[in-house]
Amino acid sequence: MSVKVIPDTCTGCETCVTACPFGAIEMRDGKAFITDACTMCGACVEACPVQAIEKTAEAGAPVADLSAYRGVWVFAEQHKGEIASVSLELLGEGRKLADKKGAKLSAVLAGSGVRDKARDLIAHGADIVYVADDPALKDFNDDAYAAVLAALARQHKPEIILAGATAVGRSFFPKVASTLYAGLTADCTMLDIDAATGHLHQTRPAFGGNIMATIVTPNHRPQMATVRHKVMKPAPRDDGRKGEVVEVPYTPAGPVRTRVLQTVEELSETVNICEADIIVAGGRGLGSQKNFQLVQELAKVLGGAVAATRGAVDEGWIPYSHQVGQTGKTVCPKLYIACGISGAIQHTAGMQSSETIVAINKDPDAPIFSVATYGIVGDVHEVLPVLIRKIKELRG
Amino acid sequence: MHIIVLVKQVPDTAEVKINRETNTLVRDGVPSIINPYDRYALEEAVRLREKHGGTVTAITMGPPQAAEALKEAVSLGADSVVLLSDRAFAGADTWATSYALSMGIRKAGPFDLIIAGKQAIDGDTAQVGPETADMLGIPFVAYIRKIEKVEGKLMVAERLMDEGYDVVETTLPCLITVVKEINDPRVPSLKGKMKAKGLQVKPWTAKDIGADESKIGLKGSPTQVVRIFPPAPRGQREILGGTIEEQVAAVTKKLKAQSLI
Repeated sequence: MSVKVIPDTCTGCETCVTACPFGAIEMRDGKAFITDACTMCGACVEACPVQAIEKTAEAGAPVADLSAYRGVWVFAEQHKGEIASVSLELLGEGRKLADKKGAKLSAVLAGSGVRDKARDLIAHGADIVYVADDPALKDFNDDAYAAVLAALARQHKPEIILAGATAVGRSFFPKVASTLYAGLTADCTMLDIDAATGHLHQTRPAFGGNIMATIVTPNHRPQMATVRHKVMKPAPRDDGRKGEVVEVPYTPAGPVRTRVLQTVEELSETVNICEADIIVAGGRGLGSQKNFQLVQELAKVLGGAVAATRGAVDEGWIPYSHQVGQTGKTVCPKLYIACGISGAIQHTAGMQSSETIVAINKDPDAPIFSVATYGIVGDVHEVLPVLIRKIKELRG
Repeated sequence: MHIIVLVKQVPDTAEVKINRETNTLVRDGVPSIINPYDRYALEEAVRLREKHGGTVTAITMGPPQAAEALKEAVSLGADSVVLLSDRAFAGADTWATSYALSMGIRKAGPFDLIIAGKQAIDGDTAQVGPETADMLGIPFVAYIRKIEKVEGKLMVAERLMDEGYDVVETTLPCLITVVKEINDPRVPSLKGKMKAKGLQVKPWTAKDIGADESKIGLKGSPTQVVRIFPPAPRGQREILGGTIEEQVAAVTKKLKAQSLI
């Protein structure tokens, strides 16, 4: 594959120079010239107003016998025996992909004392559940979890494997992809099967959410992806669904190299912000710890979770586990209420894909309003008490 | 200890903007910086060296100008640097990047620990660390926010998880990625700046590191980007006006209508 400028068509308008995310295009003799820094992402192809840049695909040789790979798999993440909500969302999405491919949907469950949960996975769409139930799998361990999944994938050759873009999924999936020489795309927000090629189209945000990239794995299998919370919809539970549960023994790939000595939960609320439907977030604009309590009160009234910007965390108003943004978590709730948040990209990168965003800020030009669905222009200290009272009234 | 730090030169994404009229990225004047997470990695490596003795090597793969990131690493305390630069590396995805890095690291000599930032802010994949560890056959632990102790061939550290943290023990050598909570990186010292200024970086090519040509660059990459496009603009956007009472009433009405509250 290569990206080339057609010199006769190029008008020298320089649109591509600014469009290139990697600064890989220079002007030479009045024409665009693509330098070594090119990653062949194709942003310039889209940007060129006169179609003077083309991306040509050389048919690479398949590394794997693609036809030998069938089926869609979901890694079912569990914590203390509870299936993570993102795994159920992926079963919903995986079901759709499997149906499009006319293939089966399988789940892989690893843990200790978790075999009872296989039924839940079938009720949410799985045809087959592979269960590795072993005391050695009680705590999350990269080596052990990767060994389970890689061994199963070698044996059964799934075409697609999905996991949640959680701390666990994003930590051990790369090891599996590395071992299998598989393609892995992180943090996807959209998946689809390409009608012409049958490949999985994986779309994800990059550059702090400034651009979206669609990625394919043309010549390798399996096609692996981690997917964000809340962007896919779980299928409704159906206890009448039939499925097969296959117990698999756990065989360590080698000596134990890492182990968890202790697990400490430190969220000051019980809701994991990644899983919350409603999030109320506060920024430095609140001014003090005391005012930050208004955010906590609003979250409580709405039954939502509390989040914060890096600024509020640095002030010590709330622990880091609640931080949303580039150096914190990425969230995608149904409703995100931003209180006293200016909307620097470091924060919006972590929340701009929320379904509905309400922003409260006294500065009508604050950048947060450019990502907001609804904007309330006013002093957050005055708005929050009114909002809390109003919602209490509505809820009776 | 020999500590290797993985460094990436990235565009400062905080400065990247989308031109809504042309739907293109505006990259004019966007500076190239060391990936901010890698600075925490480098700082932690330098602190470990100060405590236990040894050397810190910063390694990167990129175009020739990525040498600038390595110079910055030296100004921040790295003792030596490795630049993997070759046209043949171009277009590498995380798999092919990790392969090249693992080959470069093998050539750089025996090591006790590899530290990387939890992810790079341009790609945000967080995959190169764990994939490199796998290719080197060493354990990997993500999201380290505190190294409690390094003793002989064992390390104990705190790993940040979604709902709290784990205290993890791992054998050395291993590869860890670090989060920003781990330290407060120092600013470049004058001595470091002087050293960086005089630094000559001689790149290692694919041949130098003995890389299998079918596993590097675009050819060695399982994944390919087929399309880049701006995110869909948000649907209706409404900035309300009026008194606070009026605005709150209007918003709650809309949220109620969507069954959000």
